[in-house]
Amino acid sequence: MDEKTLRVVTRAALEPLPGLLRDRGFTVVGPTIREAAIVYDEIESLADLPIGWTDEQGPGGYRLRRRSDEALFGYNVGPHSWKGRFHPSDVLLFQAQRNGRDVEFTAPPTESPPVALFGARACDLAAVAIQDRVFLGSASIDPIYATRRRGAFVVAVHCTQAGGTCFCESMRTGPRATRGFDLALTELLGAGEHRFLVENASERGAEIADRLASRPASSEDLAAARAGVERARTSMGRKLDTDGIRDLLYRHAESEVWDAVAHRCLSCTNCTMVCPTCFCTTVEDVSDLSREHAERRRLWDSCFTLGFTHLGSGSVRTSTSSRYRHWITHKLASWHDQFGSSGCVGCGRCITWCPVGIDITEEVGRLREAEGSRAP
Amino acid sequence: MKDLEHLLREHPFASGLPSAALSLLVGCASNVQYEPGEYLFRTGEPADRFFILRHGEVAVEVYAAGRGRITIETAGEGDVLGWSWLVPPHRWLFDGRAITLTRAIALDGACLRAKCEANHDLGYELLKRVTHVMAERLTSARLQVLDLYGDGSGDVV
Amino acid sequence: MTSGASPMLPVPYRVQRRRQESHDTFTLELSRSGSAPGLEFAPGQFNMLYAFGAGEVPISISGDPARPDVIAHTTRVVGGVTRVLSRLRRGGTVGLRGPFGNGWPLEQSRGRDVVIVAGGIGLAPLRALLYALTANRGRFARIALVYGARTPEDVLFGAELERWRTSADVEIAVTVDRATESWAGRVGVVTALLRRLSFDPANAVGMICGPEVMMRYAAAELLSRGVAPDSIFLSIERNMKCAVGHCGHCLFGPLFICRDGPVFPYERVETTLRVAEL
Repeated sequence: MDEKTLRVVTRAALEPLPGLLRDRGFTVVGPTIREAAIVYDEIESLADLPIGWTDEQGPGGYRLRRRSDEALFGYNVGPHSWKGRFHPSDVLLFQAQRNGRDVEFTAPPTESPPVALFGARACDLAAVAIQDRVFLGSASIDPIYATRRRGAFVVAVHCTQAGGTCFCESMRTGPRATRGFDLALTELLGAGEHRFLVENASERGAEIADRLASRPASSEDLAAARAGVERARTSMGRKLDTDGIRDLLYRHAESEVWDAVAHRCLSCTNCTMVCPTCFCTTVEDVSDLSREHAERRRLWDSCFTLGFTHLGSGSVRTSTSSRYRHWITHKLASWHDQFGSSGCVGCGRCITWCPVGIDITEEVGRLREAEGSRAP
Repeated sequence: MKDLEHLLREHPFASGLPSAALSLLVGCASNVQYEPGEYLFRTGEPADRFFILRHGEVAVEVYAAGRGRITIETAGEGDVLGWSWLVPPHRWLFDGRAITLTRAIALDGACLRAKCEANHDLGYELLKRVTHVMAERLTSARLQVLDLYGDGSGDVV
Repeated sequence: MTSGASPMLPVPYRVQRRRQESHDTFTLELSRSGSAPGLEFAPGQFNMLYAFGAGEVPISISGDPARPDVIAHTTRVVGGVTRVLSRLRRGGTVGLRGPFGNGWPLEQSRGRDVVIVAGGIGLAPLRALLYALTANRGRFARIALVYGARTPEDVLFGAELERWRTSADVEIAVTVDRATESWAGRVGVVTALLRRLSFDPANAVGMICGPEVMMRYAAAELLSRGVAPDSIFLSIERNMKCAVGHCGHCLFGPLFICRDGPVFPYERVETTLRVAEL
């Protein structure tokens, strides 16, 4: 980042940004409050943002609380991630029509207007990059993902506070977004002026930034922005020691730790649903009563379900302990072998939304303890 | 025709056996041949021998009223058949019936037991080999009772 | 980013022939309608077959790779989709996606002894291999098939086995777990037959397909005979929804069975096979 090119836009001057994006054909999606949680949905204007709200998060707990200011981005991540935009939770794969003995298969049109992610956090952008590798990075490209992902505009927000279950610092994905965006904002609330440091990272980002009234960033602005990100960095609610983690998990394919966590885990699938990188799906086949028309849909699935590994002879992973082990081992170990990175970005959602508060960082800690106690 | 010592040495059961031990074995050995359908041994009879199979196929059977002869397993070239000669009361617990023309070396149990008692080195050597055969049979029997092809080998859904 | 045709869209195929192989196992021979080109495949690969309205299942290709115009699939009735497939008759339509996965290591087997171990329906993808091996019989040294079935009635592809034995110089040993009185063949497990088989372990390739337990013991037997762990190949089965590495169902340790397999050298799957429920 070249600090000399950074501009500062006041709260009032930021107002046109969603409209500028919409004028360019984007569907603007950003954080907004629905049913007492901050989710991602279509927004019309900055007024749709959770202005003056923050979230309190802990293992198995999430609630909104008023802030003492009117910050636009004074919270961390909620139950939604961006994956639902590119990798929908329920989508039609094809329709089948019977004509006598023939069957005709038709794929639905995959056209989709480009989306602008408004207020994307560093952890979530890391998650988007990971899903890009899953769906676009091999010989087989997922056309549904490709179509929705294509041309997406990203307005990132660097985090200046960390939530109770955040650990992006450990996973080296945040709190500052370093790539995968067109524009990045740092919200500055001090010095009597509500303003945003604006950084553009692409030509189309610059084109839009140029239309916002701005002034050059002062050294005080830059220092405040740095301090904000530093504050987030040093106040992470969780830590995860990633040193040698891949082999740690592989070494503990058989461990009492899995039985212990299975006593608490409900196999409810929440962690996989809120995880921004979990990509598993199943399919659902339906036909109408005349048996002339059928369709197949693709739905998000979870490795915590019994049917996930069903074979003719029964399921492979019948125990909860084996399913938890599969999930965490995939996330933190085999993901490296498959996609060249961790499958965890440290967003903390799986901890917050677990009904019994199972904490991925604690479970890794337990493995390390188990290893320590066995060492000579 | 090859002599007994030569035939024995070629069989996996005796492979690597010291010459002295081999000679002792030969002293208890005889060449046997069975036509298809002929019994090598019958349930309840004294188990006075065991067989080193050189050629053919032998069914190990048990008779069950209403079900007829049930073949538990078959043994063939390279296999060793029978350990009842070593285990009291030295009686056959199954039938052994040749399915095809079978050539084997029969080893006299009483003769071998006497030699093993007199020569524990030979006894131990022989016991190791018979135990190996028994272990293989036990593993096979365990796999067989799993009924692996019953429902575990299909395609999904 | 080009999306192209959806890898999830089936292509309609016509049932040319349906054959009942045993009381619960059947073969569907499929062809594309009209003058469409055939489906080139490698022995060991599989297709996703869609039964109208019922669903889709991965089924290995059991036919002759030299006949891409007739794609044979042999499977057992084990659930709803295979039951619907089993009721199809000549002229019926099936949706097909594929072929997917890798195949048996044919090139690697040139000049070597090929020891094939099949258990139950595991013979299906190995039949495709045997077609390929016998089509170029001279390229391989000894070829042996050790095949275990549950009962004599479950023995598949009897005619082909006999043909390969009599006219393609393939050593074939069939054994059953449970014999009937009329069965004059072998009784016992495939590992017992492997023990008796004569081949050159230092220059042999083992290819195994069947229930996982049987594959583990068969691989152990080949290892104890002296076959190198990188020369023993297993075809692994897992649940699959997409077959293109996107649905996550077939994960086996770090491996995607659909994309990295289904055929793996033993050394790559040995530790994963040892852990329960992995």
